[in-house]
Amino acid sequence: MSEMTERIAALERAAREAIDAAATTLELEDARVSHLGRRAPLPNLLRGVAELDPAQRAQVGRAANEARRALEEAIERRGGDLAQAELRARLIAEGVDVTLDADPLPAVGRLHLITQTRREIEDVFVALGYDVVEGPEVETVHYNFDALNHAPTHPSRLPTDTFYIDTGSGSPDIFAPDTPLLRVHTSPMQVRAMEAQPPPIYVIVPGRVFRPDSDATHTPQFHQIEGLAIDTDITLADLKGTLLTFARAIFGEQREVRLRPHFFPFTEPSVEVDVSCFHCTGGVTPDGQRCPLCKGTAWIEILGSGMVDPNVLLAVSDHGYDPERVQGFAFGMGIERIAMLKHGVPDLRLLYDNDIRLLEQF
Amino acid sequence: MRVPLRWLHEYCAPELTPASLAERLAMSGTEVERIEHHGVGGAEAFVVGRVLAAERHPDADRLRVCTVDTGDGEPSQIVCGAPNVAAGQTVAVARPGAVMPDGTRLKRARLRGQESNGMILAEDEVAIGTDHDGIMVLDDSLAAGTPLAGVLPISDDVLVVEVTPNRPDCLGIYGIAREVHAATGAPLAPEPWSQDPAPEGVLDAVRIDVRCPDLCPRFTARAFEEVRIGPSPPWLKARLMAAGQRPISNVVDITNYVMMLTGQPLHAFDLDRIAGARLVVRTAHDGETMQTLDGQTRTLSSGMVLIADGDGPTSIAGIMGGERSEVHSGTTRVLMEVANWDGANIHRTSLALGLRSEASTRNEKGLQPEQAMQAQAIATRLMIDLCGARPLPGTIDIGGDGPPPATIRLRDARVSGLLGVDVPRDRCAEILTALGFGAEPAPDGLDVTVPSFRRSDVTREADLIEEVARLGALDTLPATLPAHRARVDSDRRASVGLTAVQRLRRRVTDALAARGLHEIVGWSFEGPETAQRLGLAERPATALANPMSAEQSRLRTTLLGSLLDAGRRNRARGAGAVRLFEQGAVYLPGGGARPDEPYRVGALLAGPVRPATWRDPRPPASDFFAAKGVMAATLDAVRAPWTVRRGGEPFLHPGRAATVLVGDEVAGWLGELHPGVAEAWDWSDPVAAFELDLDVVARHLSVARYADLTSFPEVREDLAVVVADTVAASDVLDVVRQAGGALLAGAEVFDVYRDELRVGAGNVSLALRLRFRAGDRTLTDDEVAARRRRIAEALAQRLQGRVRDS
Repeated sequence: MSEMTERIAALERAAREAIDAAATTLELEDARVSHLGRRAPLPNLLRGVAELDPAQRAQVGRAANEARRALEEAIERRGGDLAQAELRARLIAEGVDVTLDADPLPAVGRLHLITQTRREIEDVFVALGYDVVEGPEVETVHYNFDALNHAPTHPSRLPTDTFYIDTGSGSPDIFAPDTPLLRVHTSPMQVRAMEAQPPPIYVIVPGRVFRPDSDATHTPQFHQIEGLAIDTDITLADLKGTLLTFARAIFGEQREVRLRPHFFPFTEPSVEVDVSCFHCTGGVTPDGQRCPLCKGTAWIEILGSGMVDPNVLLAVSDHGYDPERVQGFAFGMGIERIAMLKHGVPDLRLLYDNDIRLLEQF
Repeated sequence: MRVPLRWLHEYCAPELTPASLAERLAMSGTEVERIEHHGVGGAEAFVVGRVLAAERHPDADRLRVCTVDTGDGEPSQIVCGAPNVAAGQTVAVARPGAVMPDGTRLKRARLRGQESNGMILAEDEVAIGTDHDGIMVLDDSLAAGTPLAGVLPISDDVLVVEVTPNRPDCLGIYGIAREVHAATGAPLAPEPWSQDPAPEGVLDAVRIDVRCPDLCPRFTARAFEEVRIGPSPPWLKARLMAAGQRPISNVVDITNYVMMLTGQPLHAFDLDRIAGARLVVRTAHDGETMQTLDGQTRTLSSGMVLIADGDGPTSIAGIMGGERSEVHSGTTRVLMEVANWDGANIHRTSLALGLRSEASTRNEKGLQPEQAMQAQAIATRLMIDLCGARPLPGTIDIGGDGPPPATIRLRDARVSGLLGVDVPRDRCAEILTALGFGAEPAPDGLDVTVPSFRRSDVTREADLIEEVARLGALDTLPATLPAHRARVDSDRRASVGLTAVQRLRRRVTDALAARGLHEIVGWSFEGPETAQRLGLAERPATALANPMSAEQSRLRTTLLGSLLDAGRRNRARGAGAVRLFEQGAVYLPGGGARPDEPYRVGALLAGPVRPATWRDPRPPASDFFAAKGVMAATLDAVRAPWTVRRGGEPFLHPGRAATVLVGDEVAGWLGELHPGVAEAWDWSDPVAAFELDLDVVARHLSVARYADLTSFPEVREDLAVVVADTVAASDVLDVVRQAGGALLAGAEVFDVYRDELRVGAGNVSLALRLRFRAGDRTLTDDEVAARRRRIAEALAQRLQGRVRDS
């Protein structure tokens, strides 16, 4: 072995020692620079190969190149190991207490139960082809009573049953058509809707209504949804089918409805509608008790309705509503009542208390 | 109305339990609110007894120790306190264990040392009268031990019926009996007025003058002599008691009894106290006064109808009699007045006087003239039978019967066309006949004659169809849906379901909820102090004429009051963060009688913007920019083109108040509340809020148009400009956008910097991010530089802004 190859072997040994001794990727880089860098002996030696006699040249050159390749491989290998170790150490250092609480996402708020219920009902009737129309909350005696066939003696007209607007001219004239009041039902919009649109008409009227009353089932303000369908051949059976569809959509597939005769000034015949109780079977709960929801009757009253009275149609006959040619039904329900029944809310006033702990439940 | 079943059964007695009868009535249109038990509970413990001996109690002067045979072998010892008890009497006895009308159970007792095995009864103790002066003494023919229930009506069930306003004929027992007959098929007894015992002749004991026949369609009077005033017999008292009426004396009881039976009010005058033997029915003079039966002095006004005698007013027509001419214990001659009044007029008078009576509640419903003579017939029979009275011949009858009965055609086709189910003609006739209508066959249906007692309720074919429906169709009605052949003619709006505004409301409220706000539903009402505290006292508001309370006496002009109320309530109950919104109308008085009702959405934020956590223990408080962020997210969700400008409502912090514009229209306000206002709702930390008029927002929404944002890259440039502190950021951006022209795709403020040394006192440096883009090419550096120069020049020129070198 020549002196030169002897030298190459020594350089390689020294470099290997340095590579093996490097404890970090930084130290390894230092070792690479000092043994394989531009100024390191082995590359310099390679550059000097040209000056050797041809007999030695090939041998020395091959030995030096082999040594360099071997060292580069060693650095690569060692570097990979060190990087792995360093990553492991870093990841261990980055550990967290995984049992701590998460970052909360922004909490989602809720629509009020009245709004949710209103939308649910609206959607049922929109799917049945109805338009949703709304009317003023401050109405007149004409639209609230007279045009709806309320006799002057009908008790709901009394100031004990209706809020009147203070017009600054003494006590309100409850018989004058223009006297302003807070509507006691959404029914005035029946008349306004028919004035605005000739038959056929299929509308529902959601909205806020007012009556001077306050207890567990009455608040001075509440919400109703009115329905009106007028066409040439609408029957009482159609009313029953429509409300059955509604009752099943809201209260469940198994529901039945029954029509009970009643009196409303603006419908003839008039019926109250009961839905079969969804809390019991035949008035008895599964544990054998008298059902608290339907009071053991197996039926729950949900709304009032009927065939639109010819007098109501006559009041808008100028708009194409001839009671000999068109007919239809109307109904009105309390949104809060539906919501309370469906969700078991015991006291109407809770819905107007707006306690966040209640609002969050729905 | 209270319907005692024993009384009802005299006219119609279906073989049904009270509950089944109530159900049948409810399903045919007569709502039964409840069934009440009247009188004693369980009749077995009540028997007829014979007093064998009645000795003075050894230790009590007022008590007697009686030995009573109650028919079960060994006589019982009963201590009795009644002054009239005596040996030999036949009496009513409650044995130990008896349940009294008030629900108490009678026990064996010891009274002052003497054993008492039951009770000898006074009429009030079994709720068949009000007399408590002594025990009832019964007919001696009754055997001891006879069940008392067979002798006296001591136990009854009462249907409490809600009579709808269209059915005044059901304000009498016989009217209810007719319904029961139609609903159950049980036979109906003949009308109780079919026999009239009054002698024919001409009555001249009084003269009657009706001066307002339109308000008094019929006035009838009969006179009776030799009247003996006294208590009514037990059966009558018991019926009145069960019907909820106190027995008073035979004549007064007769008027009440006949009213309960027929629905027609009557009034008994003491004939000798009618001054001048003359009654005038006329309208009152304004300010005229009279004293009514209840001892009150009433001031009348014109339009009210009264009955006057020679000394002035003696009755308020149809509502209440006067004290002066009342029947009293010494009365011997009675004038029985039964009249028909205009219902609306009675209603109005009763309302104006605040005076309601059994008579007024019936008269105001609009009774029929025929009922007057029906009531006279029954009353005459009872005056003879119960008061020993002798009717004077003749009846004064001014006005007579009502118009002849109407006949209405009920078409078969119309019945099935309206109901959606066929009801055979025979069945229709059967139902109508049971209800008292006449029904004759006609070519296409029936010719139906309306009885007088249904004259005002049934005037049209639809009314007849209701009768058929309630008794013959509802229980078999099929459930169908409308054929729904809605036409979409050129002049007719197509069905849209929800309108654009309604959809907008849903999207806006969904966006608010998605941002963590809870929806409340507040009152439309508020008190004047709400406006006061908001500094809006001068703003006009709609007031109620008859509010339930001062706190609910006006209609709100902003949603802020109810949001603050709800916020305060939640804060008081421990809620740290309050994030609420509300939607609904506010009421703004305009020109007309009715206020405008814009539909708004409002939001209120207080407390930390997000919950504190271990990573973020002190999140910032909700302030102006928190509220602005929620509002921006909401308006951006519906793509509303919005801006704000400084200054807003009086209830806002003057330096943190903004007016919100959508398009160029004012749509609402945004800001932190003035600390004084927040304080009025017990808030010491910042409260931020906004309110938007959604009708305004809806007017400025447009359909989004496609823009090519992806084919060519965007060039971003930053630019810092120093302007005076008084210049709003939005003014700067406006200038930038104008100068930037179409190539400027966006400009946002990303830093705000104040430093006396570097930007000068009274100045602010705004760092802007500018985004340039063209839809058809990649912009060159030169193009962008030219734009940037133009922007810098415009800022210098229009806002004296200085662009800092970056």
